[in-house]
Order: sequence, then structure tokens, then C-alpha cells
Amino acid sequence: MSALNDLTAHELSELLGKREASAREVLEATCARIDEVEDNLAAYLLLTREEAERQASAVDERRARGEDLPALAGVPLALKDIFCTKGIETTCGSRILKGFVPPYDADVVERCRENGLVLVGKTNMDEFAMGSSTENSAFGVTHNPWDLERVPGGSSGGSAAAAAASSTIVALGTDTGGSIRQPASFCGVVGLKPTYGRISRYGVVAFASSLDQVGAITKDVRDCALMLNVLAGHDPRDSTSIAAPAPDYTRALVSELAGMRVGLVKEFMEYQGVGVDREVGAAVRGAVERFHELGAECGEVSLPHLNYSIPVYYLIAPAEASSNLARYDGVQYGYRTPEEGAADIIEMYRKTRDDGFGPEVKRRIMLGTYALSAGYYDAYYLKASQVRGLIRRDFDRAFEQYDILVGPTSPTVAFRLGEKTEDPIAMYLSDVCTIPVNMGGLPGMSLPCGFSPDGMPIGLQLVGRSLGEEALLRAAYAFEQTTDFHRRRAHSVRERNGRRCVVARASA
Amino acid sequence: MAKYRPNIGLEVHAELNTRTKVFCGCPTAVGAQPNTQVCPVCLGFPGVLPVLNRRVVEFALRAALAMNCEIVRPSIFERKGYYYPDLPKNFQISQKRAPLGRKGHLEVTVNGETKRVGIYDVHIEEDAAKLLHPEDDRGHSLVDFNRSGVPLLEIVSDPDMNSAAEAEAYMNAVRDMLLYLGISECRMEQGQLRFEASVSLRPEGESELGTRVEIKNLNSFRAVIGAVGYEIWRQSQALDSGEELVQETRLWDDERGATEPMRTKETAMDYRYFPEPDLTPLEVDDEWIGRIRAELPELAEARRRRLTEQHGLSDYDAGILTGDKVLADLFKATAAEGAPAKAAANWLTGEFLRLLKEGGLAAEQTRLEPKGLAELIGLVEKGAINAPAAKQVFGKLFERGGSPSEIVKELGLAQISDEGEIAGVVDGVIEEHPDAVENFHKGKEQALKFLVGQVMRKTRGRANPQLVNELLRKRIGGG
Repeated sequence: MSALNDLTAHELSELLGKREASAREVLEATCARIDEVEDNLAAYLLLTREEAERQASAVDERRARGEDLPALAGVPLALKDIFCTKGIETTCGSRILKGFVPPYDADVVERCRENGLVLVGKTNMDEFAMGSSTENSAFGVTHNPWDLERVPGGSSGGSAAAAAASSTIVALGTDTGGSIRQPASFCGVVGLKPTYGRISRYGVVAFASSLDQVGAITKDVRDCALMLNVLAGHDPRDSTSIAAPAPDYTRALVSELAGMRVGLVKEFMEYQGVGVDREVGAAVRGAVERFHELGAECGEVSLPHLNYSIPVYYLIAPAEASSNLARYDGVQYGYRTPEEGAADIIEMYRKTRDDGFGPEVKRRIMLGTYALSAGYYDAYYLKASQVRGLIRRDFDRAFEQYDILVGPTSPTVAFRLGEKTEDPIAMYLSDVCTIPVNMGGLPGMSLPCGFSPDGMPIGLQLVGRSLGEEALLRAAYAFEQTTDFHRRRAHSVRERNGRRCVVARASA
Repeated sequence: MAKYRPNIGLEVHAELNTRTKVFCGCPTAVGAQPNTQVCPVCLGFPGVLPVLNRRVVEFALRAALAMNCEIVRPSIFERKGYYYPDLPKNFQISQKRAPLGRKGHLEVTVNGETKRVGIYDVHIEEDAAKLLHPEDDRGHSLVDFNRSGVPLLEIVSDPDMNSAAEAEAYMNAVRDMLLYLGISECRMEQGQLRFEASVSLRPEGESELGTRVEIKNLNSFRAVIGAVGYEIWRQSQALDSGEELVQETRLWDDERGATEPMRTKETAMDYRYFPEPDLTPLEVDDEWIGRIRAELPELAEARRRRLTEQHGLSDYDAGILTGDKVLADLFKATAAEGAPAKAAANWLTGEFLRLLKEGGLAAEQTRLEPKGLAELIGLVEKGAINAPAAKQVFGKLFERGGSPSEIVKELGLAQISDEGEIAGVVDGVIEEHPDAVENFHKGKEQALKFLVGQVMRKTRGRANPQLVNELLRKRIGGG
């Protein structure tokens, strides 16, 4: 029998409900896995074991009293270190927030607590969610559990790696241009970025406010639906939060796709004349075949303005970031340069920010500051906003014909550590298929759809209409039922650079 | 001096008196201990988001509509970026490209003439924290975030004013308006009204405006008037000597009574405005606008005009009455209770203001009610009490309110109009003062006055003086 932490949340939910396992036992198994793999994986920045034990015990006690508990009560949870957690340090992967202990919980953290999820730790990420490999963290690199020499993707790399290695059961991430979907793809797990506004951003350290969205990273599609049930809903503290009530997403999990129209996006398969990796393309086309077999009508569709998504994104996101990150000045919280080093407050600001931010964050602050400057605003920020409107229109048109759009999540499988750190453009292109979805504010999902010859997972991306999460879940679930990709685990004991890493999760 | 024509524009920043801040639920009350009215939102902590206070929009709409502005739909909040320790996010949420209101006007009166000043825009923004610089030798400053996020209304005028006097009249009109609308306390000593001015000079007859100089750090009417006057003088001196003026921002020094350079156009701040992505565009529907328009009170200027034209009050009385919203409201309500306007105005501009001054009180601190005042005026008109008694009753109404007729009873002030009762007193007085009667017979009218006085004294002022006169004349003849 597999260890408890190798199970999915819904499997655990059933065991816990039948009292065949306790939340304490599940937590212990998860912590044992963390102890086993964390030295080599480095998925976590902070472990909250004592707090977790208290939460798990509380769930067990409530169950013993015969209380009716929420579906995911007692299930271990890892949080990307971008979510503010009351009394628990929140760094956003940045030196400038080292030591910052928020006095409040993010809305989603409150929701997870209310649902009895057990917080095991805060996971590593690219600094301020800026990156696609988790190599931009100020606190070290996270490794891909399928191959320790490869990146887990980013920016929610810690969350994806932990879920894939079963050192958590479920995890939360954020996605501004692909930061949930791309690492989920690289690590062979499921990641869903819902419609912009479906989940509250309150208490989520902002990167690019008009694009940021919270979502779950899970081992399978059903877990993803269960997590969305926990996270989605209106929050009056977020003015961009959608008022419409959230449905029960598990009702979308049916095993056929009769009548569904599925469109393969040409621009996802080929960006400015360069095609995605051969094995990635093959796996995606195979998935489309599978959709067809499940009863869907499949076709191909072109969204020409997607070719501008990278430049548009790298104007809008840095512009918003340059403003959002202005508050990190050493005055109120986080890092401040030693006083003797600064003659006046301007120098204090400069040195604090120079010491506190890493190179990629600085690069984007400069890009954004430039794009918003007097005389350049119209040519850059405004123009980019207009093109963003065209991208949205392309999606609207495509959705007149199709119910969901598909393509690869990323043009490649997980690349090697250090492979793209010197070439920011190559790194940015890793998100070429995911960025347009944030531009449209649409729901997007990644799930495993195959493996490369060298054993790395390949992600399939599904894109839905605004508030079309149910269609995504339905298609994803039906597809998943016909494959065993989600059951395959990074299962072997691998020797890499003399490091021995157990990332075992038995094949089912 | 008449060689140049000044053009003056004013920006007024007014703190709105909503109970809570503009983007969070913290209270706005002044006088609290530093940093006690704060939360993660107004401290600009990571991850927090602004939520617009609807009441602030309501207040701003009142002002925009009162100034005849067109309402911009939707209006957009933007971020204005600059680094300063009183600004916790290092950007201020404000409005720029789509302010709540624009293209309005306000009428002001200077030397009896009405002038229309254009309103360029009216918009909502958040106040910054307050910096305190303790005078010890530790060389540090303190930040009080209680003020951070207090709602501000910024009213930007067109450069339509041509003298310091017009600027003063405009500021008065804006303050009166804010007070009449009940949306700001306008306490300048607490920084609730702050100003920025722009001054340019052009040769008389020239239509194009001259080089614009902006002046900051104006925290009182006096400072604005001083700074505007100084700038007009400085710029005309410069132009006279053939100097070219530079477009710049200058700082007013209250102590020196002069402006000094702060920055020029070349070193101007770049605020990098862009739409605030955490707030949705502000949609104000017709129904909302209609409701607010219907509820708008009459403003000082309009009310002053109505008082002179309809009620026949003097400019002077009308000016006094409308100069204080509470006073103006009292007048309006007293007249509505049926009191003649003239009498109501006399009481309010006379005895009422005298008592306020004597007690060092503000109008809203008294207990005088319009109904009571109207009744009192009625009693006097009917002859139920005489003037000195009426003053006594007014004093009581001022102190504790209540019903004038009760007070009259309580103090025994009712006028004696019973002929029999007065006749008895009259007879007694005639008997006691034969010499006065004789003098009267000799033609000395003064003597009659003396006798009336004696009757009044004996009745402690309560006798109806007209009746006393009549009876006396009847008794001693010569009537």
C-alpha cells in the first residue's frame, strides 16, 4: 500500500471520513516525505510543523466529536510564500521582505483555515513571482522532482515541486503570466488559474494587479475542483472580485464530452514561426485525438494577436509591478540598509532597494518605470493596453466557435537549471502559451498529457470562457479518466551530482 | 501696475468629513493618539487592496454638481507615483485623465459684482500621512498615519481670477459651498483646507496667457492672498526690467512673506500616472446624480441674492446671514415658520450674534430653535410683550430653548393691556407728581415722557406703553 501522503486529497478525504486514517497520521506521513526529500528538492522556504500539528489535532478532535467537517478538513496544504499568513513570515522570495510577519491572513488563507486544511509550510518562488524557473528566489533554487538537474518551472515552482513529490497534498500558487500552469506542467501535476476576479487577491503580495490570480496545484483534476470549491467566491475586500456565487465545481466532473467544441490554437503550437518541441506537439495532438474520441468536435483556430502577447505582457506587467513594488523602501517593514550606510532618506531608499531586490526584479522595475514615464506612456503602456484589447477580442471570436481552446502549456518540458538564466528572452518565451490567457482574464488549466522520451512530464493547457471553469474541469476530468499520466510519479531513487533523492510515489 | 493683467488659478484640497477613510474602514476623527486609526490598508502593507468608500463619492458628487460640473462617466482612479515617507505605498491614489467632474463654474461676488470662475476639474484622492519633526538632536522624523487615506476633494479652477481680491472671494465661495453642502469642516488650522496657486502675467490687451508660476505650501487664505500679491509684484518687476520668466514651482515662505524657487520645468516631477488596477472604473448612474441634485441645498451666493431680492433685506444683513451656514439655516427655518423676514433678520444679526460673541460660542452651540424665535416675534407683533421683555425671553431661548409663551409666564413678563389695571397705576402717578402734570400743562412734552416712565417702572415694564400714553393724556387733558 502506498504511503498516505502519496494519495490525493479526495482519496484522503474518504479515508478520513471513514476514520480509516487520522489527520495526524496524514500529516506525519507528509512530514516524513518532507524530511526525506527536502534537502535535495528545496521546495519549502519555511515549515510550520507545530502549527500544522495543532491544526491536524483540532480536525481529529472535531471528527471524534462527530462534527460534520468540510471535504478537505485534515488535508495538508503548502502555500506559495506570496500569501500573507498572520504571524508567519512572508517573504515573496525576496530579501527585501525578509523578516516581514503579516498581521493578517490573505482571504484564501482564511478560506483554507475555515475548511480545515493543514498548513505545512510556505514554498519557494521566483522573487515577487517574476520568473519561470524559481531560480530568481533570493533563498535558493528548487529542483524538479522528476530530474533534480532541471527546474521545477516558476514562479510557483516550490508549490508544484512539493505537490509532485507528495511533500504536500495540495498547494496554492499565483499566476500572472503562467506561474501556476507552467510549473504544474514541468512537474507533472494539475494547475488551475481561474477567471480573473473569481478568487480574492486580498492578502496576496501584488506583482501585476490586473493579471495576478490565485489558483491551486493538485495531483489530479478532482482535487483541483475540490480546491476551487474552497477558494472561489466573492470578497468585498477586493474590488475586482466577481460577485456571482461560485458553483459546486465537482458537479462538472463527468466522463464524456458529447457536444463540446474543442479548438487547437495555432499560435500556441507555433510562435512567430518557431514550433514547440516535437514531443510536446505530438502529445498535444494526441490529446486532441482523445477529446475527439470522447465525443468532442475538434478543430483548429488562429488568434493572430497572440503573437504580440510577450511584448504586451512585458510592458503591462512591469509597469504595474514598478508601482506595486514602490512600497518596499525600508521605512515600515522588511529589510532596511544599515543606518550608517545612508546619509539621508533618499540614500536609505536607494541602498535598501539596491540590496533588497534581485536582478530580475530590478530589470522589471526599470522596464515598468520607463514604460510609464512622461512622453513614453502613450507609446508603451497605452499602446500595450490597446493591443491587450485586441488579444481579448481574438479570444471572444474563438469562443464563438469553440467551448474550450487547447494547446501546450509550455513549448518545452522542464529545462536544465541555469540553462536560461543568462538569456531573459529565452526564459520569457517559456510562458508564450500561458501569458495570453492572463491578458484575457480567462481561466486556464494545465494537466499532464504525456512524457518526453527522457521521462519529463508534458503539460496540456485548456483555456475557457470567462467563468468557464466548469467546462475546463469537465474536459480535463474526462481526459484524465482515459490516461494514467496523473498516476505516474517521479518514482525512482535518482542519483544526481552525487545527491541521492527519494521522490518516490509508487506507480498505481 | 495696470500694465499687466494677472491670471490666477487655484487648487483647493479639502478634507471630506466622512466618518471613515476613502479606501478602508478606519475612522477619520481628528485628535486621536498618533497611529491609532490605522490598518494594513492605509499603512500600505503588502497584499492589501483599496475599497472605495461610497460616501466619499456621494460627497464629491455634491460638490461637483453644486459647481455645475459635467460628471465624467466612468471616472477612473489613477496612481500618482512619488517617493516620500508620508506616502506608505509611494504612490497616491488620485484621479487625472477622467476626474469625477469637470467643466463647471462657481459664481463669486467681488465689490458687489458677480463673476464666474471656471472649474477645470473636481476629483477624489487620498491624503498622505503627517510627518512630525521633533526638535531634539536625534535628527529623525516621525510619521503619524492617522491622516493617511483620509478622503480629499481637489477642486482645480481655471486661471480666471485677475486679482488677489478675486482669489479671496473665490476661496470664500469654495469654503461656503463646502460648509453648505456639509461635506467638509474646512478647519484651516487643522489643515483641512490647503491650497496651491498659479499666477501668470500678460501685458494688458494681450490675449495669450504669460508664463505660469505655481506656488505651493499655502495653508491659509492669508497665505494665498500674500503669495498671489507677492508673485504679481515680483513678476511685474521682472517683466519691467526685461527679464524672461521661467515656468517653475515656487514655495511660499509665511514668515518672510515671499516666494522662493523650488523646481523648474526641467526638473519637474514625473508622477508616472496610470490607471489604478485595483479599483474598477467608477460608474455613477443617472438615478444617483438625480437624487443628489434634488437634495442639493441652496448655496450661499444664491441664498444671499434671494434674501435681498425676495425678502428685501439689505446687502449687509444678507451677507451676514449667509456667511455662516447655521445662521442662514436658522433664518430660513424661522421665515418658514411664518416670521416676517425683516424681524427674523434683525434678531439673528443683532441680539443673536451679540450673545454668541459674549459667550464665545459658535452658532450650532446654542439652543435657539426657529420655531421658538418665530413665536417670540409673533408675541412682539401682537403686543403681548414689549421690547425689553422680548430680549429677556430671547436670552432664555438662546440658553435653553423652549416655548416663549411659557417663558413669558414663568418670568411674569406678559404685557398689561387691561385698561382698568393701568388706569389705577396712572392715577397714582398723577397724584404723586403734580409738578410734572403742571409742566405738561405748560407745554413741556418731556413731562409726559417722565410720567410714562414712572408708570412703566411701577409695572416693571409690563404695561402696554401705547395704552399708558393714551390714558395719561386722557386724564391730564391736552390729548
